[in-house]
Amino acid sequence: MRAFLVVFMKEIIDNLRDRRSLLTALLGMPIAFPVLFVVLISFQIERNIDSAEELIELPVIGAEHAPNLMRYLESRNIDIVAGPADGAAAAEAVQAGEQDVVLLIPGDFSEELADMIPATVELYLDQANTSGGADIGRVRDALFGYNQTLAGIRLSARGVNPMLLRPLNIDHIDVSTPSGRAAILLGMLSYFFLFALLMGGMYLAIDATAGERERGSLEPLLSLPVTRAHLIVGKIAATCVFMSTALALCLLSFFFSLQFMPFEQLGMTPNFSLIVAFAAFLLLCPFALVSAALMTLFASFTKSYKEAQTWLGVGVLIPTMPILFVSILQVQPRFEFMFIPPLSQHLILVDMISNEPVSILNIAISVVSTLALGAILTWVCVRLYHREALLG
Amino acid sequence: MIRVEGIHKSFGEVHAVRGLSFAAHDGKITGLLGPNGAGKSTTLRVLCTLLKPDRGTATIDGADVVTDGLSARRKIGSLPHGSGLYPRLTARENIAYYARLCGLDRDEIADRVEEIIKTLDIGDFADRRAKGFSHGQRTKTALGRALVHDPQNLILDEPTTGLDVMATRSLRELIAKLKAEGCCVLFSSHVMQEVAALCDDICIIAHGKIAIHDSVDGIRERTGREDLEEAFVKAIAMVEDE
Repeated sequence: MRAFLVVFMKEIIDNLRDRRSLLTALLGMPIAFPVLFVVLISFQIERNIDSAEELIELPVIGAEHAPNLMRYLESRNIDIVAGPADGAAAAEAVQAGEQDVVLLIPGDFSEELADMIPATVELYLDQANTSGGADIGRVRDALFGYNQTLAGIRLSARGVNPMLLRPLNIDHIDVSTPSGRAAILLGMLSYFFLFALLMGGMYLAIDATAGERERGSLEPLLSLPVTRAHLIVGKIAATCVFMSTALALCLLSFFFSLQFMPFEQLGMTPNFSLIVAFAAFLLLCPFALVSAALMTLFASFTKSYKEAQTWLGVGVLIPTMPILFVSILQVQPRFEFMFIPPLSQHLILVDMISNEPVSILNIAISVVSTLALGAILTWVCVRLYHREALLG
Repeated sequence: MIRVEGIHKSFGEVHAVRGLSFAAHDGKITGLLGPNGAGKSTTLRVLCTLLKPDRGTATIDGADVVTDGLSARRKIGSLPHGSGLYPRLTARENIAYYARLCGLDRDEIADRVEEIIKTLDIGDFADRRAKGFSHGQRTKTALGRALVHDPQNLILDEPTTGLDVMATRSLRELIAKLKAEGCCVLFSSHVMQEVAALCDDICIIAHGKIAIHDSVDGIRERTGREDLEEAFVKAIAMVEDE
């Protein structure tokens, strides 16, 4: 048997016996991620549906001064409840986050209204409060609506066409397709897949390099009549197998858990069939080589198991950086991105999941460029293993 | 046959080995004796091709450790300081792993490992994982691993450190047996009595240089000390005086 195959087999068996690390790497992540994802999506669905239809409560101070306004608000599905004692108490309650929004109607509201001077109502809200944004928006819209209605009535009473007050008619036309919207949400999926892949091989990568040195088993290993290239390639290959296994488990568990998600309620039709899952596996597999080589490279520089763990904890973020940059800077996908792993995988995956056509050329470029980078990193690892400082 | 000719090795400011030369012959046990930090481990690491000497050469049965590292490594078995076993593999698997890496034939491996287990008398724990091994069990397994490809030269770095009397004794018997089979055994230690009990030839090194290279009696004669420990101390002092 060739030496790298011997190393490969030994690392696989050795690490299969490390039960605890194996559980975290192969089972923990693939189970934890779908659960996290399902919870996130359910939350999202709940919020979207809630904000559109559900009754919201609005604390009002001085509701008795504006019975018509109260009726109007109730017709807009806003339930009026008694508010705090006065304006100061309301400000406090909003500031403390007890209420998202409080409406105050001063005592002279109806008089001002009758005298045709702009009648003041006070709306207490916290602009910095993001979670109450939907409720605040609805109350505001309702008040503007009432404003428009009253203005219309006044103009009609004087024989003026109320349309004169609406030189503009603003129509919101939502052009995002249901699948497109799904893609934003499902864009997160490729993160989960990448993390599962990275975590799946992290322990082995550390154990086979920094761990080997710390146990003192590296010195006799390097004294054997085997070239160091064989040792490295065997170790990286074993890490790749663990990474691909974790990836496969993660894809499978997502495939099953997504069956139970009520995507229709969000108006989404994501395509995560078994075929797409399998395609995603083949697409991401080359990236395992890049990750395994990168981790081995990192772990070869560190002095101990612990140091390697610390470094790799940060190191796992590096491969996801390109995706993060593009998402944050909102750069439009470009052809050149296909040369950047794992950005290319991410973009292709998003297209696949949202039922967009995927170009074969892009896939080919992604696979080839990723494998090339993996080969370069592996070569760097082999060079590094020829350093004397390796023994520590 | 191990031959070392004028090797130098520095680590930054530290000049660990300064022009060391000696030869270890087949069928003999050569002891590398020296206080801590004398350059013993560095020398052995050069011989195992783990370190490249700054100057000088070393050969294992004629194979240069720098230019022909792979051939040199094929001719040596090495027991490093600290056994370096894989804790999740059994003793048998640890030995078999090295057998495979050394390129032994598939059918040959099982027999060869079994033979080693018998020779070293480690049958009663051969199929247990190395994690819970005693120091003696670990050293024996590591020695078995070093011997699995039947090397002509054996390099042992402080093999008896931390071993109890019985384990030390059986290790000595083994080394003597290998010598009788014609092996070249190079063995480092910082205990004079240990080296004296086993070695035909003793190299006393201090500060990276050879102080004396002779037989036990020769050392006694040249230092003028009957007591071995005294002789050791005297030899080291001789280097310091230079």
